[in-house]
Amino acid sequence: MDAVILQALNGLDKGGAYALIALGLTLIFGTLGVVNFAHGALFMLGAFCAVTMQKLLTLSRQIEDTSVTFFKAYKEVPYLKIWFGDTGLLLIDYSVPLAVLLTIPVMLLIGLIMERGLIQYFYKRSHAEQILVTFGLAIVVQEIIKAVFGANPIPTPAPNVVAGSADIGTWLGLGPTLVYPWWRLIYLAFSAAIIAGVFAFLRFTTFGMVVRAGMQDRETVGLLGIDVQRRFTIVFGLAAVVAGLAGMMYTPILPPDYHMGMEFLVLSFVVVVVGGMGSLEGAVLAGFLLGILQSFASMNEVKSIIPGIDQIIVYLVAVVVLQVRPRGLLGRRGVMEG
Amino acid sequence: MTIFDKNVNRRRLLQGGVAVTAGLAAPNFFIKGAWAEEFRNNPGSAKSVKFGFNVPQTGAYADEGADELRAYQLAVKHINGEGDGGLLKTMTPLSLKGNGILGKKLEYVTGDTQTKSDAARASAKRMIEKDGVIMFSGGSSSGVAVAVQSLAQEMGVIFMCGLTHSNDTTGKDKKRYGFRHFFNAYMSGAALGPVLKENMGTDRRAYHLTADYTWGWTQEESIKNTTEALGWTTVKAVRTPLGAGDFSQYITPVLNSGADVLILNHYGKDMVNSLTQAVQFGLRDKMVNGKKFEIIVPLYSRLMAQGAGENVKGILGTTNWHWSLRDAGSQTFVKSFGQEYGFPPSQAAHTCYVQALLYANACEQAGTFYPPEVIKTLEGFEFDGMGNGKTLYRAEDHQCFKDVLVVRGKENPTNQFDLLEVVKEVPRADVTYDAKIFGGELGPYKVPL
Repeated sequence: MDAVILQALNGLDKGGAYALIALGLTLIFGTLGVVNFAHGALFMLGAFCAVTMQKLLTLSRQIEDTSVTFFKAYKEVPYLKIWFGDTGLLLIDYSVPLAVLLTIPVMLLIGLIMERGLIQYFYKRSHAEQILVTFGLAIVVQEIIKAVFGANPIPTPAPNVVAGSADIGTWLGLGPTLVYPWWRLIYLAFSAAIIAGVFAFLRFTTFGMVVRAGMQDRETVGLLGIDVQRRFTIVFGLAAVVAGLAGMMYTPILPPDYHMGMEFLVLSFVVVVVGGMGSLEGAVLAGFLLGILQSFASMNEVKSIIPGIDQIIVYLVAVVVLQVRPRGLLGRRGVMEG
Repeated sequence: MTIFDKNVNRRRLLQGGVAVTAGLAAPNFFIKGAWAEEFRNNPGSAKSVKFGFNVPQTGAYADEGADELRAYQLAVKHINGEGDGGLLKTMTPLSLKGNGILGKKLEYVTGDTQTKSDAARASAKRMIEKDGVIMFSGGSSSGVAVAVQSLAQEMGVIFMCGLTHSNDTTGKDKKRYGFRHFFNAYMSGAALGPVLKENMGTDRRAYHLTADYTWGWTQEESIKNTTEALGWTTVKAVRTPLGAGDFSQYITPVLNSGADVLILNHYGKDMVNSLTQAVQFGLRDKMVNGKKFEIIVPLYSRLMAQGAGENVKGILGTTNWHWSLRDAGSQTFVKSFGQEYGFPPSQAAHTCYVQALLYANACEQAGTFYPPEVIKTLEGFEFDGMGNGKTLYRAEDHQCFKDVLVVRGKENPTNQFDLLEVVKEVPRADVTYDAKIFGGELGPYKVPL
């Protein structure tokens, strides 16, 4: 029982990340009709916003390390510690949550620049050309990050107060043996909050209503005198913020490196296809579904029946879903058809 | 009776002498030319000779790769007689004179293995064919080492392995043109066994998470053999893909498996991630079967300890070499490296530096760059003064035998580099094994061009 609950939580956690990326991908595809292969790079850029915040907060003065006698060594003492003592250290400890302040404006700006500077010229081009140009963009972004931050993963730990595990067994009345890392629970709650926020924004605001209407019938909305294009540009920025926040919050789980976006991108595209191209609900549903299936497929009991199933489960499910429902779980007629 | 014909005068005698000398010398001249063409990238009369340093500059093992490159650059300096001389001051026996190799200045080119066998082979091939390297070295993965070692044999250019710990490198996949200074998984097991018995007893249940490639498999096998010989039970051994990133789905089943020891057969970024996540899942605070849950990392280094931070404290493992060793060779190397770069070298840096020096020294000792002669010089070569005590390059499998270190993540570090403490220096005799147990064939000395 414990194992099932833990794998379900692992799946929800991973599914949260897939869903957030897939949500952004679907928003962009639904509004602008662009297949954005640079979306994984946006996830990675968000993670590097956390790294940047950590680096800013740990800007240090070099002080000679007298405990090293073999050679002249230096240890770095952060200015925040020198200036504010324990309060400074506390700020450094909270660098990942504090990175929200950096991630939202930076990612919004990156999204807007990306759309205005490049993507808008490819609206009327074929999907193949869109894929090529956005994939190329992703490689360029990766290489820039590699040049600036290096190729190695950079540890970005969660604040100490949530570094350990939560005693979820006691909460659920299953005994004290069932524990789950605090940060992963926070990530799960965070994903759910962002997904709910995006849906609420689209459903309950006038802006959202126009965007939804534009997704259904862009021409008619335009004929009503509404500048749909401007709103879609903002949607691109919002999708970049969602992907960026997903990446930023993922850093304590997986120390970021320049390649992390690509690893998530491939799976997220499978998620979008399984959920149904252009369906926001489908993207979220498929994200969680595939995350959970991937986790359960890793259980030894399952692998003893079908060895290696954990490596292929996502693609296997995609094949089956597309056989049974060619438009994906919640796909609409007419999207990417004809 | 006269011996000489009366017609032979002094002039004729001199002319004849010159002709005979020229005749006798002619074959030598042609042989010399033939000898020159006999091996790949023969530097001939060139003033310099080139090494190729093929290290992972990207990918999971990029940290080690960067440190390897630093060490190689330092070795080149020292071989050329620049800097403080480094281990040329402590190595015995020493043939190098600090003026390059056989009077030729040493230069180098670098490549990126990307920790991928195909990329590493392509990079090594470029070094051999385009850059004309006489020897190449490096790597932080056994998969890569095995792949480029076979290329070395095919092309007749010696490969001095960097960081590779799989038994296969000098076992079933050994090659005449490949040499390994680094220790291997068998030695880790042999060294760890007595320490595990002393610290954790003989009644333990172990769960392995293993990187799914040659190194992971052989380490899992060696550690399993060791722990099972102690009386431990292996509950489960699970393979994980290299670079999995999130290991949560593999760690969760450990919690309820009944195991009281987790053995992480991971290295580099994988080890940092799996150990960090295992600690996040509360494994280190757990009591199972009435015993404190333990985690073992059979192979780890200071660079990994840095990445994993607090999580390595108290965790046992083995390492090829550590900068805190107090022998003259280790101290000299740490000082040289530290003065150059501002921090101590990793075990990867140490092994690569030593490999570069050993090859250069063998050429100097053999008096030639001709690979079969250099190989014969290295085979059975016994040396000292380079850390780890007296070391033997065993002729049968090209594996170095030396003392192995059992280390533990330090509870109370005194400085930023003081992350591991040496628990035991296991003598060379205790980790030596019969070369036949892993099979394999070295192959020929001479390979067709």
